[in-house]
Amino acid sequence: MTDWSTDFDHTTDQWAARAPEIWRELRASCPVAHSDRFGGTWLPTRHRDVAAIAHDTEHFTSNSVIVADWRPEVPAPMGFAPPITSDPPFHEFARRLLLPAFAPKAIAVLEEPTRRFCAELLDDLLATGPEVDAAVGYAQHIPVRVIAHLLGVPPEDGDRFRRFIHRILERPGQAGPVDPSDLLTTYLDGVVADHRRAPRDDLVSYLIDLEVDGVRLSDEHVIGTIALLLIAGIDTTWSAIGASLWHLAQHPGDRERLVAEPELMTFAVEEFLRLYAPVTMARIVTRDTEIGGCPVTAGDWVLLPFPAANRDPEEFDDPERFVVDRERNRHAAFGLGIHRCLGSNLARLELRVAVEEWLRRVPDFELSAPESVRWSTGQVRGPRELPVRILGGG
Amino acid sequence: MRIVFDRSACVGHNRCYLLAPALFDVDDEGYAVPLVSGTVPAELESAARLAADNCPEFAITLED
Repeated sequence: MTDWSTDFDHTTDQWAARAPEIWRELRASCPVAHSDRFGGTWLPTRHRDVAAIAHDTEHFTSNSVIVADWRPEVPAPMGFAPPITSDPPFHEFARRLLLPAFAPKAIAVLEEPTRRFCAELLDDLLATGPEVDAAVGYAQHIPVRVIAHLLGVPPEDGDRFRRFIHRILERPGQAGPVDPSDLLTTYLDGVVADHRRAPRDDLVSYLIDLEVDGVRLSDEHVIGTIALLLIAGIDTTWSAIGASLWHLAQHPGDRERLVAEPELMTFAVEEFLRLYAPVTMARIVTRDTEIGGCPVTAGDWVLLPFPAANRDPEEFDDPERFVVDRERNRHAAFGLGIHRCLGSNLARLELRVAVEEWLRRVPDFELSAPESVRWSTGQVRGPRELPVRILGGG
Repeated sequence: MRIVFDRSACVGHNRCYLLAPALFDVDDEGYAVPLVSGTVPAELESAARLAADNCPEFAITLED
């Protein structure tokens, strides 16, 4: 049996199958776990330790936010994918370029197209019969379509996006040799060249044309930011939608309340995000310090498991239970501190609309093969296969 | 009841804007903008409590 407190590996199926239980066991027995893997990695599980690290840019760098065997190639303070991989003070420069495009009122206009994408996907899915896969046939396509719309790339490129993401996030460094023509950076070079030839009203053209004090952004910055928008917005949201449907498939009482009292959705969305937060971030220690009393050394990796923080009984009442109308919910699903998820308003919109549209068409459903539900490995957690049976004639 | 808002702690989670739009607006970058500077009207006290209880950064506190 694996000792999770001294030898964890979050990239294994064994971990993915029962991560919430592992976090709970660790929080009670060894709240800051360690592994020698990846050159030395720490895993805090208490809300207060996760929050302290997220707020501490003096001792921890965001230069790479995905734990892997290699170390970041683009140096601080920019990193490969600004602003998520950037540190102060450059971070604020890179982030402010993007904040207006992701503020709530700018994102609200995407509700109509998002609802249309969801309705189209459901038309196709429900035509295939009462046994469907809610992750493969529905959840995974929604953010791909929304991000393609936002970036101005063809929706048919969705399969390629998912392949890049699988390599980068789920099995970092384990995919083996990749044909250069199939690299994310090669793809993005093409997207940028295409937008230079034919500018249009989307985020890629905005970044290419942007001038700050008369200076254009470097190609490295533009490509890195587009990579971020593509990678960060897809399997994260897909995971949250899938996990929410996984929950609803098993909790008819919650389904009935959301159908009968749609105004509860504001609270339910945040509760889905709390209990099924998909994203664990990472930092690298830059100066020796301590985490919850454990000394850590410059160069060590530190995982920031926001999903574990969201289940800490010190911060949340009855934390392992889904409370559809939870009124006190300071969840950290979108992180804490200066790196708060840039796309949080978009993610929240997609999750709400995806669940609303699903329940409108499919108010009654159940897991058809609970043992076949497969959870992703790595730092983004969600069901990748989710077979469900639609009840009541659909 | 009065709202005390710590602008330096706000990172734009936008939870207050969603839960209490009569008390909080957002600026063009998504940071909260309190709309009521004095006493919170009685009918908005529960909304103010929601805003305070759901701010992940503890940027909103309430004073009697």
